[in-house]
Amino acid sequence: MTPEAAEAVVTREAAETKVTARVWGVALVPLALLAALIFLIVRTGPAERLRGEDVPPVERLAIERAVLTNDAIILYVLNDGPDPVTIAQVTVDDAYWDFTSEKGPVLSHLARTRLVIPYPWVVGEAHLVKVMTSTGTTFEHEIPVAVRTPQPDAQSLLAFTLIGLYVGVIPVALGLLWLPLASRLGKTGIDVLLALTVGLLVFLFIDAAHEALETAAEMPSSYQGVALFVSSAVAAYLALEWFGAWLRARRARARSAGSPGFVLALLIAVGIGLHNFGEGLAIGAAYALGEAALGTLLVIGFTLHNTTEGLAIVSPIAKDRPSIWTLARLGLIGGLPTIAGAWAGGLVYSQVLGVVFLGLGAGAIAQVALQIARQVAGTSPLAERFATAPVMVGLLAGFGVMYATGLLVG
Amino acid sequence: MLPVTRRSWLRLAGFGSAAAATLFGARRISGEQHESSQGAMEHAAHRMGPVGRVSTEAFNPSTYLRAWNFSDLAPEERARYYKETPRPDGTLLREYQIVAVDREIEIAPGVFFPAWTFNGQVPGPTIRATEGDRLRITFINAGSHPHTMHFHGWHPPEMDGSMPEHQVMPGERFVYEFDAEPFGMHLYHCHAVPLKRHLHKGLYGVFLVDPRQPRAEADELIMVMNGFDTNFDADNEVYAVNTVANHFMHEPIKVDVGKLVRIYLVNLTEFDLVNSLHLHGMFFDVFRTGTRTTSAESTDIVMLCQGERAVLETRFRYPGKFMFHAHQSEFAELGWMGLFEAVGVRRDT
Repeated sequence: MTPEAAEAVVTREAAETKVTARVWGVALVPLALLAALIFLIVRTGPAERLRGEDVPPVERLAIERAVLTNDAIILYVLNDGPDPVTIAQVTVDDAYWDFTSEKGPVLSHLARTRLVIPYPWVVGEAHLVKVMTSTGTTFEHEIPVAVRTPQPDAQSLLAFTLIGLYVGVIPVALGLLWLPLASRLGKTGIDVLLALTVGLLVFLFIDAAHEALETAAEMPSSYQGVALFVSSAVAAYLALEWFGAWLRARRARARSAGSPGFVLALLIAVGIGLHNFGEGLAIGAAYALGEAALGTLLVIGFTLHNTTEGLAIVSPIAKDRPSIWTLARLGLIGGLPTIAGAWAGGLVYSQVLGVVFLGLGAGAIAQVALQIARQVAGTSPLAERFATAPVMVGLLAGFGVMYATGLLVG
Repeated sequence: MLPVTRRSWLRLAGFGSAAAATLFGARRISGEQHESSQGAMEHAAHRMGPVGRVSTEAFNPSTYLRAWNFSDLAPEERARYYKETPRPDGTLLREYQIVAVDREIEIAPGVFFPAWTFNGQVPGPTIRATEGDRLRITFINAGSHPHTMHFHGWHPPEMDGSMPEHQVMPGERFVYEFDAEPFGMHLYHCHAVPLKRHLHKGLYGVFLVDPRQPRAEADELIMVMNGFDTNFDADNEVYAVNTVANHFMHEPIKVDVGKLVRIYLVNLTEFDLVNSLHLHGMFFDVFRTGTRTTSAESTDIVMLCQGERAVLETRFRYPGKFMFHAHQSEFAELGWMGLFEAVGVRRDT
């Protein structure tokens, strides 16, 4: 390179840097103007003009949770409305009752408090708590069946772990044991098995979406539950797409002899793992909230339900004769998150967390189901391949199995 | 809250029941206690009732008890609202000025109700006359809706304040004029429509007519049983006697042992069909509507329909505190509860 040319390069680079700096500087201008605009809106309050002077404040309290201790009912209250709310009185079963608000009586937008009400609640019976604001507006929370809320301790951690094992890890592992059977199947047999898996997954997707939307409807509207669910689902879908592409690229670079089946199996395991985390979260939360007595039947239901998930993981690698170690790894990826979910649900449950994880699970499952469907279809269009009798039967059988085992969960 | 874990509590309960079994040798008690320890609770002396105190600056239910014809005001101020002029036949001309105004009132600690009021208070000022007196009431509507004053008692139809043409528009006035009769415990209230709204928002008061031959000298108390629908769901959230929930729990009504106590009681609760008063530890004579001077009833609970009223007479026998409340437990627990405090030495009556 001649000195002139080198100089030219340097100048151009400098110019580029300068341009970049200027571009960034220019980009800051709208932000500064935006800040000024927001300042103006706050100062002049055009919305207040629309609202007029006589309009009472918008009061919206969300009672997120009730905890029953030996000598009290404790309510977790959030101000879900735009205006500050003053908590004036509390009634339990239509009687004014002594209470204290830990953060004082006034709650600003999205502020929280705990109301401690020393009330002699009655085991096994229903109670209705009302919070009355300074304007006399009331917000109700029903305790359908009063039982002492379990306090998480070492023993309950152990219980959560055991339930996670029973519900997540062991059933997935049992499902993996169908591998020898699956490996003896012909091309059509494998396709039926894969179609069955798609059926199972589509059912799980519907299940997760339904549960998430239900939770979203219950939670404070400030949290925008539906948007949260859809964003989480899309994020998980895209993340798995990226993860799958990365795995395939890595395998191609390493000239690994492995089939695309393994990548698919791993993706299914990850998707199911995410879903099982959500399931564990629900179990732990139900236990922690004291809203569901975890009956043996419920645990058995989840166990049967999840055994089919193991089958879903092995279907794509039925012909590959994977090692026990590979199988174990896949099983653990799919099953272990149940335990983590149960812990999280039991110890730090929030509706937001619940919706996010149900969303992640749903997105992951959608991605995996589509992947398998594409593999079944091969080069022919999806609709055409799925219109053949064996594949259709497999798909419907998948729905059927899920529906039947789902009946047990209730 | 005591730092008692579930297991330590169970241990404690178990220990307690074992001790009980040893002491009393009662196996059955032990069994029952063990069973109940599954759901054992820590019971303190539970405190029911609204938390905090209502400011009595704007309206004091205790003052209202013993005030009529604006006797609670200083003379100069009282003259603005009330004037009495003797008439040749020995009766009085009583002139009143009553103003309807919208006003936010505190009905339970920290709970503010957007009331419609007569003279800024709920219940409105007590109007008290002797049978045969002439009443002239100048009613000014300074509120935001049409209002009227409708009196219970004898009067010509144009003084009834109930028909559409009787409505007094905001900013306007009307003079009600009629003779006070019959003697008894009556009431007045707004009769503009919708009725329920105009009543439960607070437009009511007591209209008391004394007999020409005065009743026996007594400690006289005016009690209005009322309720407030704070969230406008056609159901009351707050109940009280004289507006403020649990006021007389904090400030018991002081009376003398042995002295005749006369309660003028009216039910002005909306939405609930009946209300009642129950007095602990004693009985009272009931004079329904107060229109006769002989009592046909001695009881400790009197039940009144909406707008119904009664005069109650009794003498306290023992010194100390006596609870009184609606015997509808729901109303009692939502604020309609109070105490008498009798002072003096025991007197068998």
